[in-house]
Amino acid sequence: MKIAPRRQRLIVTLLVLLHGIVLVGGFVAPYDPIRQDRDRPYAPPARIHFADGPGKFHLRPFVYSQRLREDSFDQYDDDHAKLIPLKFFVSGASYRLLGVIPAKIHLFGADEETVNLLGTDGYGRDLFSRIVYGGQISLLAGLLAAGVSLLVGTIVGSASGYLGGWTDSIAMRLAELCLALPWLYLLFGVRAFLPLLVSPVKAFLIVVITIGVLGWARPARLVRGVALSAKERDFVRAARGFGASNSYILRRHILPQTKSVILTQAAILIPQYILAEVTLSFLGLGIPEPAPSWGNLLSSLQQYSVLSSYWWMYLPAMAMVPFFFGYLALSSTLQEGRSAAKIDL
Amino acid sequence: MRYLLRRFLHAALLLAGASVLAFLFTSLAPGNYFDEMRLNPQISSETLAALKAHYDIDKPFAVRYAVWLKSLARGEMGYSFAYNAPVAPLLAVRARNTLLLTITSTLLAWCIALPLGVWSARYSGRWVDRVATGASAFLLVIPDIALGLGLLIFAVRTRWLPTGGMVSVGSEGMPFAAQLWDLLRHMILPVAILVLGAQPILVRHVRSAVAEAQEEGFVRAAAAHGIQRRRLLWRYALRAAANPLISLFGFSIGALLSGSLLVEVITSWPGLGPFLLEAILARDLYVVIGGVLLSTVFLVAGNFIADVLLFWADPRIRTE
Repeated sequence: MKIAPRRQRLIVTLLVLLHGIVLVGGFVAPYDPIRQDRDRPYAPPARIHFADGPGKFHLRPFVYSQRLREDSFDQYDDDHAKLIPLKFFVSGASYRLLGVIPAKIHLFGADEETVNLLGTDGYGRDLFSRIVYGGQISLLAGLLAAGVSLLVGTIVGSASGYLGGWTDSIAMRLAELCLALPWLYLLFGVRAFLPLLVSPVKAFLIVVITIGVLGWARPARLVRGVALSAKERDFVRAARGFGASNSYILRRHILPQTKSVILTQAAILIPQYILAEVTLSFLGLGIPEPAPSWGNLLSSLQQYSVLSSYWWMYLPAMAMVPFFFGYLALSSTLQEGRSAAKIDL
Repeated sequence: MRYLLRRFLHAALLLAGASVLAFLFTSLAPGNYFDEMRLNPQISSETLAALKAHYDIDKPFAVRYAVWLKSLARGEMGYSFAYNAPVAPLLAVRARNTLLLTITSTLLAWCIALPLGVWSARYSGRWVDRVATGASAFLLVIPDIALGLGLLIFAVRTRWLPTGGMVSVGSEGMPFAAQLWDLLRHMILPVAILVLGAQPILVRHVRSAVAEAQEEGFVRAAAAHGIQRRRLLWRYALRAAANPLISLFGFSIGALLSGSLLVEVITSWPGLGPFLLEAILARDLYVVIGGVLLSTVFLVAGNFIADVLLFWADPRIRTE
């Protein structure tokens, strides 16, 4: 932890900031993610302007009103006569902040018309709002699944390392087996035999639990390694000599030592699991429409027409990149810290 | 030799365990291919029961597993409900297409990553290294799905490359050279996605392994003896750095069937990935099991090949 506290703090700040934006998604997103506007399918992203046609400068940024072209269903022209000023902290669609507090204030919006900063999808749903709300679902899925994996992995790993004997050999053979199966295929295979057409909430839970449970093996092996060396330490032997129970030793002496391994694993697993959810949803095996997730937002790109004409449907993929950057940087500094600590010993 | 035998037995046991596990998963799960037929008023429940009995769906787990093993021995790997044919030939065609893609991209990825990683370690801190590590860090944070779709959009917009499938419509009538050219053009996009996706991890591993080996005493001693830099790097340092790279190469082999699933779906390459996905959506039980197990065979075989290579490359393992 001594290695680069400054850089680590910077990365953590970045990650907290990114997650914070998504967490207060209802406030950041101007519209309801599932509200359709059948008059505006595939509207392109609205360009933000400060200067109008004659070159007059406006302090308040504005966008031009988009008009559907005659005889077309997806071609829009900017109406240069009609400026829509962007307003901040406007009141709009009601939502629940953090899922609890009812609120109506949005970060930005416009009075007269809807403003689609990143365009709309085929049903005229605001893509920016869908990306923000989709982030809530995808990130939560990744975080929860990583939590499940780490929980199962820690319990099995510490028990198997500390108890040893046949518990250990059975658990480790099983872990080897799970690691031998190709992970994505296994995920698909298991998903295949769980019900496909279910409500979004159920689908979310299925995805989280499947991803999480299937990933137990790697953290379990790492935690086992720590537990194996930890149980030979003098203070653990001393505790045992004083008559401490197994569960007490596990809780007070073994588990605290696995903290850094678990942290590093979390930084590696979370982005991996976010990606797993995205992949499943992209292929139609994850979270179903109309609930947005980064994966099912991208799934429309499987149609050639969308791919060739509506490039902004690709933007959800870009939204993932800063998150992955953050997690990757975090895991590499954590690993650096660990190897440096090893040398210190 | 005993070492290799032990590794082989280990791999075989692992495969047996995996097949049991795959069967267990599928028998625990609710629903099967015939459930949807139940809703069809044209199919009577007697027909359905007869179908289920015919395919042994209604039997207990152990019986089904034994039937499947027998069918495996005949080279069938069970029966596909949707295609009404044995699974193995169906899988073989798709696996061939997948291997065409992945063997090309794996070879290409290693051929690029090896010199890049070695140079990057050799000129550590200079511009070659900076460009290589910067580019690999950049590629590392871009998930495969974003990379694939991005390249696909690029290909569609520029119209430089065909964007789907393996051959153009009407390519059967073309002369052989034209057919080959057509196939190559279709391969460019998926291979590019796979190579770019694998690149950062390979380059990083090669770089760190060679950088570590460079600092070893014997390499320095060899340098002091006046052995050429290039020879030193490729013959001495790389040789010493080989162990982790061989393991990584085994992993590359292991991922030959399972690593390209998403890319195949994105570029609609008629490989194992889309086939498996289709089978999952149709609940075509034995196809799913067959696909998962076939790719497991590759994964286990990849590890085994890595063990064999390590045995050959590292005298320390041989004397153990």
